[in-house]
Amino acid sequence: MRATVTVMLKQGVLDPQGEAVRHALGALGFDGVEGVRQGKLIELDLADGTTEAQVTEMCEKLLANTVIESYRVEMG
Amino acid sequence: MRAAVLVFPGSNCDRDLAVAFRNAGFDVEMVWHKDTDLPGGLDIVGVPGGFSYGDYLRCGAIAAQSPISGALKAHAARGGYVFGVCNGFQILTETRLLPGALLQNAGVKYICKTVTLRVETTDSAFTNAYAAGAEIDIPIAHHEGNYQADADTLARLRGEDRVAFRYLDAPNGSTDRIAGILSENRRVLGMMPHPERRAEPAHGGTDGAALFTSLSEALVNA
Repeated sequence: MRATVTVMLKQGVLDPQGEAVRHALGALGFDGVEGVRQGKLIELDLADGTTEAQVTEMCEKLLANTVIESYRVEMG
Repeated sequence: MRAAVLVFPGSNCDRDLAVAFRNAGFDVEMVWHKDTDLPGGLDIVGVPGGFSYGDYLRCGAIAAQSPISGALKAHAARGGYVFGVCNGFQILTETRLLPGALLQNAGVKYICKTVTLRVETTDSAFTNAYAAGAEIDIPIAHHEGNYQADADTLARLRGEDRVAFRYLDAPNGSTDRIAGILSENRRVLGMMPHPERRAEPAHGGTDGAALFTSLSEALVNA
């Protein structure tokens, strides 16, 4: 089985990398890109029976720094 | 006086930090990250700069989970002194020994230059040999030095006089130009600038040396 974890900087935390991408898109002539936020997508291959609660614990302990980041878990 | 310097795969300021401790009179032992215990009778643990674990996932995140990390946290919980520089500061925030987090520099660039800091408190074992408000030149070399914390944390840091150093300019976007902070018991210091790289005349300046002599004076009298 598989879980997908998406980690993003929390709203309100400045994302300099996303901002740089937004500027670059504008420089390429893509108008109307009003905001870019860049995060991480982590795919986990898991033994059958691994629970969402266990993946959440992985996020809390390592995959995300909850001081600055939020995360979303999708199972399967 | 005894100091330990932790060594992670990718640490690159560990020997510089050990030299600075030795020059201030400490016996120094290097401790590999796979060890689960620190040497006995330690006064202070140094967490050096570098790129532990290649900065994978987040700077300091993997190091914060390495085997030695449990012993580091226990040392701090016993009231032991801890000094984290650069990647060491990032590791200390990831272990939650210090609050807040270090994000990518606001300018998205790695910055390597000497900057001027103001010593914001002399009320710590790390800073008592500096004059209050002293301006000191110390090198920075980082890509993720942009200190951020929530409003409550910042209010506590300011209210409890726990901002140890501020940048005079704002090189990296840190909130309130914070360059280094102390723990609640004032025995854990994390800072992005590298005092160990400005501690003897051959470095081009010695403004960082007083941090190490502060420590040796404070600990010898402890």
